[in-house]
Amino acid sequence: MAQEMMYGEAIATAIIEEMQRDPTVIFYGQNMGMTERDPMLKMFGKDRIRITPISETAEIGAAIGAAMTGLRPIVELWMSEFMLVAFDQVLNEAPRLRYMSGGQVKIPVVFKAGYGFAAGWAGQHSNCNYHLLMGTPGLKVALPSTPADAKGLMKAAIRDDNPVVFLQHFLLTLEKGVVPEGDYVIPFGVADVKRAGTDVTIVATGWMVQKSLAAAEHLANEGISAEVIDPRTLAPLDVDTIVSSVKKTGRLVLVDQAPRHASVAITIAGEIAEHAFSHLRAAVRLVTAADTPVPFSEPLEQFVLPNEDKIILAVKSVLSKQAAAV
Amino acid sequence: MNPSEHLRNDRLIWIWTQMLRIREFEERVKRTFVEHPGVIRGHTHLGDGAEASIVGALATRNSGDPVMPSYRCHGYPIVLGTPTNKIMAELYGRSDGICKGFGGSMHLADPARDFPGATGIIGAGIAHAAGAALSAQVRKTGQVVYSFFGDGASKQGAFHESLNLAAVWKLPVVFILENNEYQAYTHVSLEDANNAAGDPLSKKAQAYSIPGVTVDGTDPLAVYDAVKKAVDRARVGLGPSLIESKFYRLSAHGNAITVPPVPTQFPKHEAVEVYGRKTEYDAAKANDPIPKFRAHLIGRGVLTEADATAIEEKARAEMDETVRFALASPPPAPEDALKYVYA
Repeated sequence: MAQEMMYGEAIATAIIEEMQRDPTVIFYGQNMGMTERDPMLKMFGKDRIRITPISETAEIGAAIGAAMTGLRPIVELWMSEFMLVAFDQVLNEAPRLRYMSGGQVKIPVVFKAGYGFAAGWAGQHSNCNYHLLMGTPGLKVALPSTPADAKGLMKAAIRDDNPVVFLQHFLLTLEKGVVPEGDYVIPFGVADVKRAGTDVTIVATGWMVQKSLAAAEHLANEGISAEVIDPRTLAPLDVDTIVSSVKKTGRLVLVDQAPRHASVAITIAGEIAEHAFSHLRAAVRLVTAADTPVPFSEPLEQFVLPNEDKIILAVKSVLSKQAAAV
Repeated sequence: MNPSEHLRNDRLIWIWTQMLRIREFEERVKRTFVEHPGVIRGHTHLGDGAEASIVGALATRNSGDPVMPSYRCHGYPIVLGTPTNKIMAELYGRSDGICKGFGGSMHLADPARDFPGATGIIGAGIAHAAGAALSAQVRKTGQVVYSFFGDGASKQGAFHESLNLAAVWKLPVVFILENNEYQAYTHVSLEDANNAAGDPLSKKAQAYSIPGVTVDGTDPLAVYDAVKKAVDRARVGLGPSLIESKFYRLSAHGNAITVPPVPTQFPKHEAVEVYGRKTEYDAAKANDPIPKFRAHLIGRGVLTEADATAIEEKARAEMDETVRFALASPPPAPEDALKYVYA
């Protein structure tokens, strides 16, 4: 059975189902469960649904301590930038404590946050900081692009015995899609081929998956067959699926909303250079945000971000005769 | 009547014995830098001077209550029963270490004995302690969490955020601020607003509307009484307390920070080395909690001179053996470095 629901709804469904399944799952954050009318509060009570002060260090740090001692907390951080306030806890506590203990403790915790809010939120609330997170061994990072993936990855995140940063894209919140009912869990580290193709491989994450699929549709009308792959989790990163695709198509375009030098695209480009170089028939192309902060005004914002046209242009460039000669 | 007045003689002797074991262990650590240069890598911090505070606090503990210390963490697992040879082997980076050589001095952990682990970032562990208390509250286990940290940590955001959160959620946690007068190398008067104004650091509790008391941290029974009241209060759901336990760190902050292969040892205490306050340091030495409590127990007739000597000899023999064990323990296999990144 499956039903159509929105991306945001799918995440909430996963949390509710996991909280029903496992009494050690708790969920807290700022500005949630504020009144007795709150549906989650009605369902699970004040012990498991909590409102916090604006104290990211305490929220995240307490979740780590609770995870070390028998709970599976989910921290609602709302915006990924708010994690920056507590980056010691995110980068230097949660992913280190198990390792430093020689494997004696586990930290089953989920840091849930929105990201990439490219809708006039300016420099401090629109960012894609996942490169820092995926580059921290001990952390896992999930980046769903569809409602079904959002549900399946959130369930996997909650059941994982490691700290997971679950990043949901703000601009996908209202996107609808068919979501399997019940126990739908997507294993981490398994990329999804969102569209099969033969001429070029496009790898994209989050909001950029949608843009890449639209570009692929446009290109199909021109007789170009693009394969679109979504890694779905950045740590672990499914390099094998991308390598296999590149071996088939010989061409790779990497699409990423993050600034070029802080993108997952640049990491994938390195992996492909090492593992699939001889299969490439053209240089890899990166379509990323510019290496600038995200500006406020719409024309400025649009200028620095990747879009469908930039993806189409990049695909055409790797398919051109000049590119093939490289 | 103070709760410590109910302590039986064997418990009083246990308290002094644990204090002594911590001291003898720390002495061996310090001596290792001289006798076996290069064996201990990185940065090591000793708890000599803190023994009465550590043991007095932990003597109030129920089995199963989590203990969450800071990076200056050797003493707590010694009291909890972690084999001292496994702690020493950890400090030496050996495969028999309690963390198999993955953590070292600042990151001991023994979750099987209710010590989930220590963090090396000042104040960060206070939030973890609040979280362990949250876990106890949600799971209704009846546990109380013991959160230990230094005076320096009480200026961290983690301290203030965690006290506020613990207070508003009435978490079962006791915050034990170990004021040893020096935040690393800096005297407390130079960096603490309460101290600079002539107030005790326990005044910080008022900001969060929780009880805050200051005790003589060189007297294990005074610490016991203060902590017991706070623990009893927390266990019945009345929330956290802050206890400022005042004592004096008898060694320097840590071994000198050198770049290999330059050898490192413990320098003189900052009071002497940096501030030239020899009188202050000598007074603290004269107030050493170990001989002080020994004399107290002998004076009360709890302990005879002969008993005391026998306990001392046993502690010394135990700690001599930890050094032999740790030196003989093999290093970890290099490829083990890939283990334990993920559960």
